[in-house]
Amino acid sequence: MTATLLQVIAGGLLLGALYALFASGLTLIWGMMNVVNFAHGDFVMLAMYTSFVVWKTLGLGPAASVPIAALVLATVGIVAYFALVRHVMRAPMIAQILATFGLALFLRYGVFWYFGANFLSLPDNLVGGTYDIWGIRLPAARLLAGAVALLVTAGLHLLLTRTMLGSRMLAVAEDEAAAQLMGIRPHRMQAVAWGLAAGAAGIAGALISTFFYISPTVGETLAIVAFVTVSLGGFGSVPGALVAGLLIGVIESLSAYWIGAVYKDIVTYSLFVAVLWLRPQGLMGKA
Amino acid sequence: MLSVRNLEVRYGDLIGVADVSLEVPQGGMVALLGSNGAGKTTTLNAIAGLIPASSGRIDFEGEPIAGRPAYAIVRKGLALSPEGWRLFTQQSVESNLRLGATPLADKSRLPDLLAHVYEIFPRLAERRRQRAGTMSGGERQMLAVGRALMSDPRLLMLDEPSLGLAPAIVESMYETFGRLHKAGLTILLAEQSVELALEFADHAYVLQVGRSVLSGPAAELADNAEVQRVYMGLG
Ligand SMILES: Nc1ncnc2c1ncn2[C@@H]1O[C@H](COP(=O)(O)OP(=O)(O)O)[C@@H](O)[C@H]1O
Ligand SMILES: [Mg+2]
Repeated sequence: MTATLLQVIAGGLLLGALYALFASGLTLIWGMMNVVNFAHGDFVMLAMYTSFVVWKTLGLGPAASVPIAALVLATVGIVAYFALVRHVMRAPMIAQILATFGLALFLRYGVFWYFGANFLSLPDNLVGGTYDIWGIRLPAARLLAGAVALLVTAGLHLLLTRTMLGSRMLAVAEDEAAAQLMGIRPHRMQAVAWGLAAGAAGIAGALISTFFYISPTVGETLAIVAFVTVSLGGFGSVPGALVAGLLIGVIESLSAYWIGAVYKDIVTYSLFVAVLWLRPQGLMGKA
Repeated sequence: MLSVRNLEVRYGDLIGVADVSLEVPQGGMVALLGSNGAGKTTTLNAIAGLIPASSGRIDFEGEPIAGRPAYAIVRKGLALSPEGWRLFTQQSVESNLRLGATPLADKSRLPDLLAHVYEIFPRLAERRRQRAGTMSGGERQMLAVGRALMSDPRLLMLDEPSLGLAPAIVESMYETFGRLHKAGLTILLAEQSVELALEFADHAYVLQVGRSVLSGPAAELADNAEVQRVYMGLG
């Protein structure tokens, strides 16, 4: 394998870790209450603007913007749950779709109104430099974003599987009535899930903003990737989102390198359709 | 300790129970008998707060609890081991037990309660790391009871603990209930196996199509010709 090919694969893995991070938020919400959050991409978008504001007003980079965006978005997620989602959870699917889609439009046009339609970006040197590892050259911004994304996704998985809070959340996900018999308040756990999912989207957005353009509609593009990742990995599975995210990142990078950047989406979606056809429950979902 | 008066529960237009009244005294072991569809599960679920009562009173230790959410009722010391066990099948045996301890005000009691449940059901200790969904019926029943005991309830409600289990397992399960009762736990249990329940309970109520139609000391009901004919296949 040539060094260039390795570099393409490494770049794909780093991007894939970010896909995994924001897809794991989407999959968590689905797993907890069978709600598809159409505003998830716009959560990422809002985090990118948060990161921009942090740089503009405080002059600070990801060390500040990542925790700030995580907190801001976690708050947005919890407020969205109590103000909106809780009321449509038992409503027909179409009401849920309209509610979260409405939230997406609200966020998108709120940002559009306040910041305008111009593409914004953070200075290239905010996370400066390029690392050279065994002849593979990787920009520091992407390396940082990929590494943090991987850690946070793993952390989310550990939180769900190794802590009492995670155990209670999974209990609500599996059987809400039985969870109530344990003294667990389902609404609280669901609010926590929205806080975690939106917080994860917040971290992803702040990281992506260090090397990607920022616009009110950027969430749309990212949401599509997240939906493909979640369906591929299996709805409700964080490890599935991780594997699928990394896979999609690498496939995108490789097809951009071999066939051309314009065609990479076609390759990704063809693969997506093929997997759904052969394994509708996703790679790691339960049948 | 628990008093249910003229309980009515509706499922939409259908009636789950029409008129059920019962009393569970402190330290008692009371059986709720009746054939399939009589309204036993509906009654227990309404007491536990899983389904709303459309009319009637439910008092626990002198306090009205009808209309309170299930998570608040279990915190008052009233636990239910529900029909069909309703275990968290994706989680380990021990996680299920720890979840059962959520209502505890003093979390430092958890290790003692866990040790206590493992002492009652040594089988659960052997399987502590196993996923609940992979266990046998008897083990699931043990886990459902153990999980309910983890909240250290003052009143334990058991919904058909014999359902689907082999006779030998049922027998030992009931002996365990008997020991818990002797140790001071108040128990209300729903059962279709009338003979078995009357052997262990000290008082019983008979439900028929959503109404409590007969009640009395277990020994008296066991001698009742009607009960013998309808539920025990005697006479
Ligand atoms: N979820 C439900 N929806 C509608 N009707 C129900 C439901 N659950 C029970 N019922 C009805 O309520 C009555 C009592 O049922 P149940 O309480 O389950 O009886 P038991 O536990 O004694 O077998 C039955 O007629 C049953 O068909
Ligand atoms: Mg029943």
